[in-house]
Amino acid sequence: MSTLVSIRNLTRVFDVSKPWLNRVLENEPKRLLTAVSDVSFEVEENTVYALVGESGSGKSTIGKMLVGLLRPSEGEVEIRGVNLAAESDAKTVDQIRSDIQMIFQDPYASLNPRWRVGDIITEPVVARGGDATGLAAKLLEQVGLAAEDAQKFPHEFSGGQRQRIGVARALASNPKLIVCDEPTSALDVSVQAQVLNLMSDLKDDLGLTYLFISHDLTVVRHMADVIGVLYLGRLVEEADPDALFTTPKHPYTQMLLAAAPRMDQIGREVEPPKGEIPDPINPPTGCAFHPRCPLATDVCKQKRPELRYVGTTRVACHHAEG
Amino acid sequence: MTDPVLSVKNLVVEIPTRRAVLRPVDDVSYDIAPGEILGVVGESGAGKSMTGNAVIGLLDRPAHIAGGEIWLKGKRIDNLRADQMRKVRGKEIGMIFQDPLTSLNPLLRIGDQLEETILEHLPVSRAEARKRALQALEEVGIPAAAERLGSYPHEFSGGMRQRVVIALALCAEPSLVIADEPTTALDVSVQAQIIALLKRLCRERGTSVILVTHDMGVIAEAADRVAVMYAGRLAELGPVEQVLNAPRHPYTDGLVGSMPMASAGKERLRQIPGSMPRLGSLPDGCAFHPRCPKADAECRQNPGPTLDATGGRAACWFPVSQEVSA
Repeated sequence: MSTLVSIRNLTRVFDVSKPWLNRVLENEPKRLLTAVSDVSFEVEENTVYALVGESGSGKSTIGKMLVGLLRPSEGEVEIRGVNLAAESDAKTVDQIRSDIQMIFQDPYASLNPRWRVGDIITEPVVARGGDATGLAAKLLEQVGLAAEDAQKFPHEFSGGQRQRIGVARALASNPKLIVCDEPTSALDVSVQAQVLNLMSDLKDDLGLTYLFISHDLTVVRHMADVIGVLYLGRLVEEADPDALFTTPKHPYTQMLLAAAPRMDQIGREVEPPKGEIPDPINPPTGCAFHPRCPLATDVCKQKRPELRYVGTTRVACHHAEG
Repeated sequence: MTDPVLSVKNLVVEIPTRRAVLRPVDDVSYDIAPGEILGVVGESGAGKSMTGNAVIGLLDRPAHIAGGEIWLKGKRIDNLRADQMRKVRGKEIGMIFQDPLTSLNPLLRIGDQLEETILEHLPVSRAEARKRALQALEEVGIPAAAERLGSYPHEFSGGMRQRVVIALALCAEPSLVIADEPTTALDVSVQAQIIALLKRLCRERGTSVILVTHDMGVIAEAADRVAVMYAGRLAELGPVEQVLNAPRHPYTDGLVGSMPMASAGKERLRQIPGSMPRLGSLPDGCAFHPRCPKADAECRQNPGPTLDATGGRAACWFPVSQEVSA
């Protein structure tokens, strides 16, 4: 297997300061929010790499930088060895861009209500001047809808069907990589199962690679080949699903797994986790998790832990052991 | 069983529209014992919230109760006048909504909001109300509660805000709390905190809870009994172990099967074909029959019977046998 995506030391800082005049009048400094901080990982071809984390952990920001909707502040995203932010050859850039597509969370907001479904689906091809004859019908059938649906408008479909349309659109330009940002969180459970099954089938049939962004641990375990856990913009643990769920190494991962409600443990009494995610504008020094961590010692307050291998797992914790 | 706190009998909610009369809640009956947590699950549009809103008398016009009865502690409440219902709401029945930001007044300090609720419903002095407000905040685990009384809702995080809402719902010591998707807007770790809090408070005070949610994991963790709703009707009702481990109704069976379980591997998820019908175009007979693997002529004509299952009910002509699914 070869590496499709390689992300190195990726950092994204947002300026959330008040306007210049207010800052001068109120004598306030700039406020910078570090959404993603020094994240590195690789995605192999034809696999599913999942990013999990709570809100504000930076998972969507990484997805947006990967597809080129946001520029990295530091570090680079390489897709097949091409760094899109630095590459100057227009042809290469265009080729790589059509290899990446995205599926969005909200199937109600991501389809233009004034366009017919056929036009929505073929846009990625038409926009590049490609030939879209018969494409909409083929794609609609591929995602389990009828060819005639191309003439309809998005409002005529249910949530699950709309998400299928979103999948069809993502497939139009024959992509290699699809970034799925919470593709099923807006759907009901029974419909979620349909969409997840469809995505698994398409991956096998078309040799796709997914970057799967989700906050739902059970969904991630079902879909992913490798899981990266994010906390406050930092990658704290990376492992395959079995290792992550049976022997989580990072205290945050352990806390997250213990807190997730599970259907197979009826009437479970949990000791709920303490505290909440800290303010990303003033993150704690050292390890970002130390104020909530049961293992924290002085070194955690001073030094940010590097990602290191413990067995096959990569983990960023001073105290993780094999 | 002791007398139920709440008893809903054959409740029907109708919405007259120009084309037809829609029935978002159709012939729903259940009882809740003191201190019991009843989970209500179903997909969006199944009528779970509408049932809760009918109980608390908060149906938006033109939706109205068209049939059935609602009894609270031996008193009928579905036919009360608006001003009488106002006294029941908050005093007897507390309410926790999904989005804590929209259920708090952004212009009032939370101490004032708590005080107002307590003064409205309990015969206490202002000083006493102030004391109770502080107590309520401490009970829901808000750090530095005395200082936080003077804070506005926007100064709290999502999880803390939901704690304030719980404090508000419980401060008049109601006997029943309706929690409508109380953790859906929250992160996993905060969700665990809120569920644990809700369970602890209700156990300590003997408050009954209707927990409306679409998350089966939350149900498994918190509820004593579960009601499964589909297209406005009660598909199944029973103790939580039984409904989740040995479901009787094919819809419950499909719903449980389509969950990506934490313990299962990578095999395909079981899926229920199709999606829930819209209220305007409900099929005849059992509303689930177009998606049901067992449906036959009977199901297409007559809605499922109310069958007694051990300790519960399932509305189906051909319930899943216990042996197969166990």
